[in-house]
Amino acid sequence: MAGPLLEVEGLVKRFGGFTALNRVSLSVKAGERFGLIGPNGSGKTTLINCVSGALPVDGGSIRFEGREITALPPHQRTRLGIVRSFQIPKPFTSMTVRENLGIPLEYAAAGRAGGEGSADADEILESIGLHAKAHLRPAGLTQIEMRKLELARAMAARPKLLISDEAMAGLSSTEVDDILAILFRLNTQGITIIMIEHIMRAVMRFSERIVVLDAGERIAEGTPDEVVRNPAVEKAYLGE
Amino acid sequence: MKTGRTLLVALAVIVAGILLAKLRVNPYFYFAGYVILQYIVIATAWNILGGYAGYVNFGTPAFFAMGAYTAVFLIRSVHAPLPVLIVAGGLVAALLGLGIGYLTLRLRGTFFSIATLALAVVLQTAIINWEYVGGSRGLSVIRPSGPPFGNYVVFLFTVMGGLAVVSVLVARFIERSWIGRGLAALRDNEEAAECMGVPTLKLKLFATTVSGFFLGVAGAPFPYYVTFVEPNSAFALDYAVNALAMPMIGGTTSWVGPVIGAVLLGTASQLATVTISSEMNLFIVGVVLVAFVVLAPEGILGLVRKLRSR
Repeated sequence: MAGPLLEVEGLVKRFGGFTALNRVSLSVKAGERFGLIGPNGSGKTTLINCVSGALPVDGGSIRFEGREITALPPHQRTRLGIVRSFQIPKPFTSMTVRENLGIPLEYAAAGRAGGEGSADADEILESIGLHAKAHLRPAGLTQIEMRKLELARAMAARPKLLISDEAMAGLSSTEVDDILAILFRLNTQGITIIMIEHIMRAVMRFSERIVVLDAGERIAEGTPDEVVRNPAVEKAYLGE
Repeated sequence: MKTGRTLLVALAVIVAGILLAKLRVNPYFYFAGYVILQYIVIATAWNILGGYAGYVNFGTPAFFAMGAYTAVFLIRSVHAPLPVLIVAGGLVAALLGLGIGYLTLRLRGTFFSIATLALAVVLQTAIINWEYVGGSRGLSVIRPSGPPFGNYVVFLFTVMGGLAVVSVLVARFIERSWIGRGLAALRDNEEAAECMGVPTLKLKLFATTVSGFFLGVAGAPFPYYVTFVEPNSAFALDYAVNALAMPMIGGTTSWVGPVIGAVLLGTASQLATVTISSEMNLFIVGVVLVAFVVLAPEGILGLVRKLRSR
């Protein structure tokens, strides 16, 4: 495919008088590992909410595989292949782990490559190491298992683009490696990944390209090395 | 297989109802039984939105009365037969459900509930000021002569039994279909459900419409049952409280819950009405509801599940 997979152009989002995103543009290539960083309140999650459709935008456009999706409701974007995981896990609490995966398999992936069926759910759980907990309710999971469920459920939607919103916050360093390995593996399977993360070690190691947001504006873009050496980035994180 | 068995059970219930109707039992039995059956329909209908989708509707009286007053209107204007009243009452209430869904389902949680409560008040005011259907004074309705079998109350009892069976079957079908799974997902977490490909708005509108339909269906035979319809009885608070209490006490996640709740609570309040006083039955409902919310938030079904897993 010639064009980028995801193209965000001049995105504006205001909350009342506060401009959370000020004409932010970025494009993500198919198969890329893309990092999105920035200090707290810089607009990362707002940007993701706009891309996934949870928030309506006040200006600009979002294209996916060349198709204009700015006005599509979230569930249709998911069906096109844009799937996100949540910063704070939001499992379906009344369902077992396996049933949690059944929802995206049935609603998002049905009719697309991947199909449906509990065999698929088991396969995903196996690959992510949650197989032994398939029959449990989410309340019986540990923190890291909850994060894995969040990722497993996203995988069940058969994403082309997976947006991982701080999947590692609060995890121990071996657990971070665990999640990183899963994301690397998904990427080799052809899934494009946008990683939003505060854990620099993880995002630097993972990303091929990084965009830095600060106060709703894009202040830098480049390889991890370039970004780290960028004075504007240093200023945003550490102040003058 | 399983569906076949359910259909058999459903058929058995209907046949049993007709047989009961043939027997000469105390007529009061049918009179009280009708109320319990009516509550099975109401609780089941309420649960499609309140239990499956998690949207608590305080406006049950509005939908019920919509069914009842549609019937009153059709009886007065064209002397429509009972099946027509039931279908029409259901459709009008379904339309009301769809409308209120469009208007309010962007509101979540408590705000949706408050909006439905307001709906009941607004509609009651409208009916009070509509002279054609009796206004605030009410209207006497004359039952058609010569029911197909038994006397008219026995006939209505059987009809309501059939409606109860139909509503329970529909609820059970929804619960076990992809719709039910989608509703459960949005009940658990609406944002996550939407992001997992569940068309939440569409499913919620479906739930308000179907729920409204059966609440209206439950209300449509009401004019013939009481033979005198006035706003205070059609919009009674009892419907709002019972519609919520019965599924909560039985268990909201399965179609069995509202049925258990309606039978238990319906029987209890009928007994209380006869033995203690008619004012006591709402009091009993309230006490039982509070007890369940505190001690067994997942209702009788939840209790049973807990005991089994031990």
